Amino acid sequence: MDKLIEVDQLTKVFTLGSIISRIRITATDHVSFYIKPAEIFALAGESGCGKTTAARMILGFEEPTSGTILHEGRAVEYAKNKKGRGTQDIQAIFQDPFKTFNPLRTVDRYFFETVQNYKLAGSDGEAIKLISDKLNAVGLSYEEFAGKYPSEFSGGQLQRISIARALLTNPTLLIADEPVSMVDASLRMSIVNLFKKLKEEFNVSVLYITHDLATAYYMSDRIAIMFRVNIVEMGPVERVLMDPKHPYTKLLRESIPEADPKRRWSGAVKLSDVEYEEYLRQGCRFAGRCPQVMERCRGEIPDEVYVDQVLVKCHLYSGTEETLDRKVS
Amino acid sequence: MVKTTFMGEWPILNTEPPILRTEGLKAFYVLDVHGVQKVVKAVNEVDLNIRENEVYGIAGESGCGKTTLLKALYGAIEPPLRLMGGTVYYRVPGEEIDVFMLSAEEKRRLRWEYIAYIPQGSMSVLNPVTKLKETYQDFISSHVTGKTRADAFKIAAGHMAELGLPRKLLDAYPHQLSGGMRQRVTIALAALLKPRIMIADEPTTALDVVVQRGVVQLLRDIQQRLGNTIILVTHDMGVQANIADRVAIMYAGKIIEEATTEEIFGNPLHPYTRYLIQSLPKFGDKTARTSAPGSPPSLMDLPSGCPFHLRCPDTLETCIEQMPPLVAVASSHRVACWLARER
Repeated sequence: MDKLIEVDQLTKVFTLGSIISRIRITATDHVSFYIKPAEIFALAGESGCGKTTAARMILGFEEPTSGTILHEGRAVEYAKNKKGRGTQDIQAIFQDPFKTFNPLRTVDRYFFETVQNYKLAGSDGEAIKLISDKLNAVGLSYEEFAGKYPSEFSGGQLQRISIARALLTNPTLLIADEPVSMVDASLRMSIVNLFKKLKEEFNVSVLYITHDLATAYYMSDRIAIMFRVNIVEMGPVERVLMDPKHPYTKLLRESIPEADPKRRWSGAVKLSDVEYEEYLRQGCRFAGRCPQVMERCRGEIPDEVYVDQVLVKCHLYSGTEETLDRKVS
Repeated sequence: MVKTTFMGEWPILNTEPPILRTEGLKAFYVLDVHGVQKVVKAVNEVDLNIRENEVYGIAGESGCGKTTLLKALYGAIEPPLRLMGGTVYYRVPGEEIDVFMLSAEEKRRLRWEYIAYIPQGSMSVLNPVTKLKETYQDFISSHVTGKTRADAFKIAAGHMAELGLPRKLLDAYPHQLSGGMRQRVTIALAALLKPRIMIADEPTTALDVVVQRGVVQLLRDIQQRLGNTIILVTHDMGVQANIADRVAIMYAGKIIEEATTEEIFGNPLHPYTRYLIQSLPKFGDKTARTSAPGSPPSLMDLPSGCPFHLRCPDTLETCIEQMPPLVAVASSHRVACWLARER
């Protein structure tokens, strides 16, 4: 199978308020991407661009307004419509490891509960064996973990523990929503390296959701850049980040502070004054800040075209596409 | 490197006295947990010399005492935080004053006019039920005498225009603005009375990269315009590299290394600093990066000797027994490590 997850034209519109005064908020707008087995796919963008909503729909936490999600060829159902438990094959890791676990419960109870819920082991002995295997995979041991409360671990350790818990069901896909942004700087890379190791040794795919392009570059194979509910650029990470095509990706790439005092930012950056105007904009939503804006950008929504095996949604590249072969990359 | 001049006897190149100076500053949280006294050694013998007209960066991971150090520098020590020793001096024109000897009223007068503090998460410090212009007017009328509200509004509008923020913001409520815009408004507010020192605690954390860049740009702009000093605390080494003139690395309540930004990034001497800098992913370089092993110690229960010795790749016997002092190894490079002394 060449595609583990295929997301097609996924749209989510939240509505607020009553029938009389209703506000519609679009969270994702016709988002399409796929993830191959044993691949780390990064979904990057600013806060409010819809990356977390996309992940929640894949997990079945939200019902898509339209569009489909296929997991190994079968449709992913909205959790509330399903009779059984959630899928074993897709597991999630969240941003703040201190909020993942209840501070008043010992962390091992989460593990035994998962084992019970999915009937992963026949006896206590088997369960402990399974749990210590998974803990070893993330670099911890059962002895240093059993019977302890979340407050007895550091943030980095807790994040490892939540990864180990997610691995219990032998998932094929981990959805990691900003997994390192709350982890101490000196431990961050150890978590990032862990994802790479899981991919290489256990063939687990990872949907890595982040705003940190530097770690995304380091660990992922392919990347999609989201801007205001759309994917604006997608392709192999090397191509997208080392040679960005979309003006927004270029701006993002330039704005990442590099740890090199010889290469400081030069030139001023234009920020949006009033953000909601960008969401409501007709045509390309980046037009208000784009340095290469053209007349048609303000009125027409750009098409998705492939340039150099990278998908770009920008009028600058309209008409220059090589082929519209979606299987290129 | 000349070995004989090692023990801190380097000639001081910058003869100008520092604008803010600390001597053996110690501030601990003293907590009473079920009748047992617990001491959190958040700031432990810190000596700083911060010069006029520089951006002084302080970096370190969460829980290393950065924010507590800033509180002490600002003279805002309140229980359970206690001053256990040491002093903080400000240099005001003509004299040097000891902050902890000042009365509450004297401190109040120094604040905002001499030293301004931009707290962490400052997007949530603005009053949510008043328009920004009222916040500005209150601020001006409590520190500048003899101004009517109309005058105050004019000052505020002029100030916003100077810093390139849209004037219509003054008519907005805080919740109508994005996090990055609120952060910039708070920074602009702190700069209103042209303070000589501005303290910023994690001003770019929790903001998107493009907005981060805007905030750093604003801070740099203010610093150049006023020619003042900014003390910038952030764990983001990329931001430090971009704006700071000198960087201090803090670990377990102590400054363990301090140098010019070029030195810190080009020639880090402390093993912790090296881990911190080498573990940063870089574009165009996918070679494997490793983090420091282990995890940071609890400030309530520090290991003996050097607090980093449990995680250090080349620990010496001395490291387990004694805390290395922060000594100069070059004219503008101080490091607290026994290994640096061996070298």
